Amino acid sequence: MTRKFLVVSLLFSVFLMNFSGVSFATASETEEGKEDPTGFIMHHIKDSHEWHFVTVGHTHITLPLPVITYASNRGLEFYNSSDFQNPKTHKFSKEFAHNGIYIDNHDHLGRVDGGSIIDFSITKNVVMMFLVIAFVLYISISAARHYQKNGAVAPKGVASFVEPIVIFVRDEIALKSIGPKYKKFVPYLLTLFFFIWTGNLLGLLPGAANLTGNIAVTFTLAMLTFVVVNVNGKKDYWKHVFATPGVPAALLPIMVAVEFIGLFTKPFALMVRLFVAITAGHIVILSFIALVFIFESYSIGILSTIMVASINIIELLVATIQAYVFTLFSAMYIGGAVTEHQQDDHH
Amino acid sequence: MDLIIPSAGLIFWQLFGFLSLLFLLVKFAWKPMLATLAEREANIDGALKSAEQARNEMANLKSENEKLLQEARLERDIILKKAQEASLKMIEDSKLEASKQGAQLILSAKAVIETEKKAALTEVKNQVALLTLEVTEKLLRKKLSDDKAQIELVDQFIKDLKLN
Repeated sequence: MTRKFLVVSLLFSVFLMNFSGVSFATASETEEGKEDPTGFIMHHIKDSHEWHFVTVGHTHITLPLPVITYASNRGLEFYNSSDFQNPKTHKFSKEFAHNGIYIDNHDHLGRVDGGSIIDFSITKNVVMMFLVIAFVLYISISAARHYQKNGAVAPKGVASFVEPIVIFVRDEIALKSIGPKYKKFVPYLLTLFFFIWTGNLLGLLPGAANLTGNIAVTFTLAMLTFVVVNVNGKKDYWKHVFATPGVPAALLPIMVAVEFIGLFTKPFALMVRLFVAITAGHIVILSFIALVFIFESYSIGILSTIMVASINIIELLVATIQAYVFTLFSAMYIGGAVTEHQQDDHH
Repeated sequence: MDLIIPSAGLIFWQLFGFLSLLFLLVKFAWKPMLATLAEREANIDGALKSAEQARNEMANLKSENEKLLQEARLERDIILKKAQEASLKMIEDSKLEASKQGAQLILSAKAVIETEKKAALTEVKNQVALLTLEVTEKLLRKKLSDDKAQIELVDQFIKDLKLN
């Protein structure tokens, strides 16, 4: 079983290497004509207006994505990402401005006249997000359907995969961290866990987008937790922040400031932790792949393939741990906000 | 697109996407699922409890059976003992009776024998007396055929009489 798994992941990483290798080859064509290994890594990690899958020879196989812009004097506008790029090299540049709008070589959207414009494009990460959502919806609803069809019976099929996770999140995360009022928050925590976990795992597929390693995504998730925590904050929670019990009056201004900042550092930590863990993992994997193209040697190739395979296994673990940690910390912050008794043991 | 600056567009889509996912999942997945899980757990709890109850009842029944069995055993023992005693007594009684009867039989046999013996003896005595008489008669007839002998005998008798 383990051997099979190793073989599969080795093949997988070779596959990944091929994909990333070709994108590396394209990214290396920098202006100076020098090789730029960080280029393709950053290209993979960041969001993009088109989904680049593979380059065969000089043909880029990409999925052009819709570009949606909003400017106060122009309103909503819809374009195709291929409108803004070199049709051959698929490079975005100011030269290929279309209708007064351009996408520069760093994938930034701008207006030729320098006016402000907001980019609501369906980027690679947005597409990835919808794929993740579709996947989560599919498995969760088919699991729920099993019970709707068969009543309260033992799980089977997808349900037997989803159910232990649901029970784990409910009993080990929500109940333990929130306490008796956990029931209300279980659906949110479940959604959080499944979204992040699926995003992490699908992000490890070759050619996939680095969704959960994108700061905007983690920012949104952390912000939602922040909202859930503070909307449900009980009297004791706010008292703890603005009139910290057991603190001398003279120290209170400092404590209140610290506690107030603490309100924001919690979601900030959530945001940064997930972003860093996932992005770092991708960078490490891609760096090992980049070594092959820098050294152009078979021995390095074999070595880095092995390294990529092992790091991929670690990343599978990290994907799960980070989803768990994000959910757990969200639950703990919620627990801190909804518990009615004093919590002096926090400091 | 920047690495560490969140882009407004993606935040918008992420918010939209995640909230719709949350809504759909809560409505179509988590609520029915959590309800079913709770129901099933309640069922399992109930089943476990009733199993426990059944087990207790079984144990009770078993102990009751055991008690009954014990009682039956005791009763059986008592009955057996009684029967044994009765049979022993019967044997004893019959033995006693037999010996008594035997003794009586012996006694009556002895009496019969005695009477028989007496009768036989009397018979023998009578026979002897008769025989003696006959012999005597014969002898006397022979002896008294002559007078001298008759006189001698009379004399003898007289002698004897005198002596008496």
